[in-house]
Amino acid sequence: MKVMAQMGMVMNLDKCIGCHTCSVTCKQAWTNRAGVEYVWFNNVETRPGQGYPRTYQDQGKWKGGWVRTQRGKLKLRSGSRWHRLTTIFTNPVLPELKDYYEPWTYDYDNLISAPLGEHTPVARPKSLITGKPMKIEWSANWDDDLSGGPELAVDDPVIKKIKNEVGDRVKMEFEQAFMFYLPRICEHCLNPACVAACPSGAMYKRSEDGIVLVDQDACRGWRMCVTGCPYKKVYFNHRTGKAEKCTLCYPRIEVGLPTVCSETCVGRLRYIGLFLYDADRVTEAAATENEQDLYEAQLDLILDPNDPEVAKQAQRDGIPMDWINAARKSPVYALAKKYKVALPLHPEYRTMPMVWYIPPLSPVVDALRETGNDAEDAGNLFGALNALRIPIEYLAELFTAGDVVPVKHSLGILAAMRSFMRDSNLGKPTDASIPAAVGLTEEEMYSLYRLLAIAKYDDRYVIPEAHSETARDLEELACSLDYDGGAGMYEQGPFGESSGRPAPVAVETFHALAHRQGTDTIVDASDEDAKVNLLNWDGRGVPLGMPTMPPKTAEPDSAGDRAAASTPGRPDDATRSGGAS
Amino acid sequence: MIAALPLAARAQEVASDVQLSTTDILLWDVLPYVTMAVFVVGMIWRYRYDRFGWTTRSSQLYEKKLIRIASPLFHFGILAVLMGHVVGLLIPEQWTQAVGISESTYHFFAVLLGAFAGAATLIGIVLLIIRRRTVGPVFSATTKNDKVMYLFLTGAILLGVVATLAGAGVLGDGHNYREDVSVWFRSLFYLQPQAELMAAAPLAFKIHAVAGMALFIVWPFTRLVHAFSAPVGYVFRPYVVYRDRGPHDAGNRQPRRGWEKVGGP
Repeated sequence: MKVMAQMGMVMNLDKCIGCHTCSVTCKQAWTNRAGVEYVWFNNVETRPGQGYPRTYQDQGKWKGGWVRTQRGKLKLRSGSRWHRLTTIFTNPVLPELKDYYEPWTYDYDNLISAPLGEHTPVARPKSLITGKPMKIEWSANWDDDLSGGPELAVDDPVIKKIKNEVGDRVKMEFEQAFMFYLPRICEHCLNPACVAACPSGAMYKRSEDGIVLVDQDACRGWRMCVTGCPYKKVYFNHRTGKAEKCTLCYPRIEVGLPTVCSETCVGRLRYIGLFLYDADRVTEAAATENEQDLYEAQLDLILDPNDPEVAKQAQRDGIPMDWINAARKSPVYALAKKYKVALPLHPEYRTMPMVWYIPPLSPVVDALRETGNDAEDAGNLFGALNALRIPIEYLAELFTAGDVVPVKHSLGILAAMRSFMRDSNLGKPTDASIPAAVGLTEEEMYSLYRLLAIAKYDDRYVIPEAHSETARDLEELACSLDYDGGAGMYEQGPFGESSGRPAPVAVETFHALAHRQGTDTIVDASDEDAKVNLLNWDGRGVPLGMPTMPPKTAEPDSAGDRAAASTPGRPDDATRSGGAS
Repeated sequence: MIAALPLAARAQEVASDVQLSTTDILLWDVLPYVTMAVFVVGMIWRYRYDRFGWTTRSSQLYEKKLIRIASPLFHFGILAVLMGHVVGLLIPEQWTQAVGISESTYHFFAVLLGAFAGAATLIGIVLLIIRRRTVGPVFSATTKNDKVMYLFLTGAILLGVVATLAGAGVLGDGHNYREDVSVWFRSLFYLQPQAELMAAAPLAFKIHAVAGMALFIVWPFTRLVHAFSAPVGYVFRPYVVYRDRGPHDAGNRQPRRGWEKVGGP
């Protein structure tokens, strides 16, 4: 047994309202650059629907993930190592830009330079790829909320699959009953197919926290990773010729902050925490013969951090004690392994994905309410779960390779919680048989309720900082995107944006941010550690250069030693600093 | 026969026989070493300071149909051409004769295989250039550096085809380059360059040799460097790569003036 730590995420789909805040903030943080205009490290797709890139789940077409060979070995679906090396000069199954969408801008200049005419001038769309005028026919989330639309839903690979099995009847009932949102980031898999596909060895899994990253200096642009990833979450930057992907916001994670997508999630549906897993058994588990057993195999890999044997072995394998403690408090461990309400996305791809999903109960509740029944009565809900085959089969195709039992189990717990807590909140006597029906105690029900419904920030994100022994290294750690044209290149130089020297993006900046978010006092603008600017301004305090009000009471800063003499917002304070971090 | 003589004796014999012009000395004695120096130092410099720019810069994302034919055609063709050069330039004629391959048999096969490889390379690069010029997104992603690179690469290939045809007797009388060009090429590596051999070689071979050297001079500064990242190690390494979160060089400080070394893994 070799214990390794993995940073994992759980998303509670019941709470997703499809507002795309996660996508937008992620885009602003990571991919608002030339070459990755079409790239969304985080996207939210409407289900049923084709997804992004379109029909990416159709592995017959896109050849992502792993397959099990006759001899029980794992092989990339795109072929053996030798086979793929012979196709290195052109990748036969690389998605084209049109499978994502062609990015564009508008010809704004025309608005002011058009000659005087009868009609108001318009800004026509212009392709960012060719620079020519273009007709917009598809874009990110073009099919948002259009899931039931017969033009789009028919091409949903998941629907196609169910249709083959259950017949046309499915589609009609399905369209009436069902729509939900599926936010997706990189799965940071335990058995990542993208890493395995990279000929240059530029992609790697960080041994400390399992985050999958691309070494921008080692990537040679062979594009095999794009094909390898069955979730199509590795993208090709067409300007730099390098692969880029979701980094799980590792500079934030390292200082204990949640990812940008989680931090800004309006529905507060994301959970981040640690898994401890047995790295020795990953390949064996991923080669499980029956696809429907893969979910169980994946669960088996995850170790119980409360088990003293596991903790001992973890320490022997170099996992620091505070990380083991964090793993014990991990919300993702509780949701995925303890309560088994969170399920992996497409375990049949055999990559052992580490972003888990709590399936949405709402479509079931809605369907039930429309029939005129009490949609929150436990008996009705349980009955509906068994009767409403269609949404559950669809969910099972997404999360358990078609096995409906785990999905029913998960939805059953959610239904029980809804019903049980309604009684509790209305001051009625609670019915102990409800939690018992799903195999939980009342106490566990309350604790799950606290985690899922109250969802306090500190309960949702249990992220240990990168360990103190390595803190010195961390201070020197640069953001890997601060290359020319990278996300780190936002500083202004003498010749406008992205001229001059790259601004160092250091972990210290994120430490300051973490400190500011955790403190209850107004941060002093003269405080060098705070380094307020609008880029990391979180709404508290006053960013540099803004006129400020003097504080009502001279309260010493909680940090103590550096506070005493400073008065926030004095103009002379505000004008200095703001330089390099 | 010349190659069999002791070096010193040969040098004397040569010096008395042939009068080399300054141009010949520059082209066949000096330029090869300049080329090697620029190439080696250039590659090391590029690897140390610009690993981020070391990429194929693929344009497959923009256009898929043409490149699926053209790119493998060109690349496999040029690999075969490379093999042809290795065999033709590095293996002395005496060796092949010693194992019983006559001059005519050798050239028959060399021309036959060379014709296939050359045709594939040529068709490939022509298609690639057409694609680059006619497909809008590919054209707008083409840099000046790319255009210069294409000029040198296509030039060297075209001149190579001309030289091959000249050697095979299709153009002109035919010429056995293994008796002069190859000997000269090998002489460069034991630091006794025999410029007089090249000085006497047919013009087509001279021009091709210069074009070849020019290509190697620009090589480290173009996208051609990706030829040296052929992922040989891939077949030997485990599928999943783990790496520690090591310290990086650049980071929490202002970058220094000038080029900064790239921190390696």
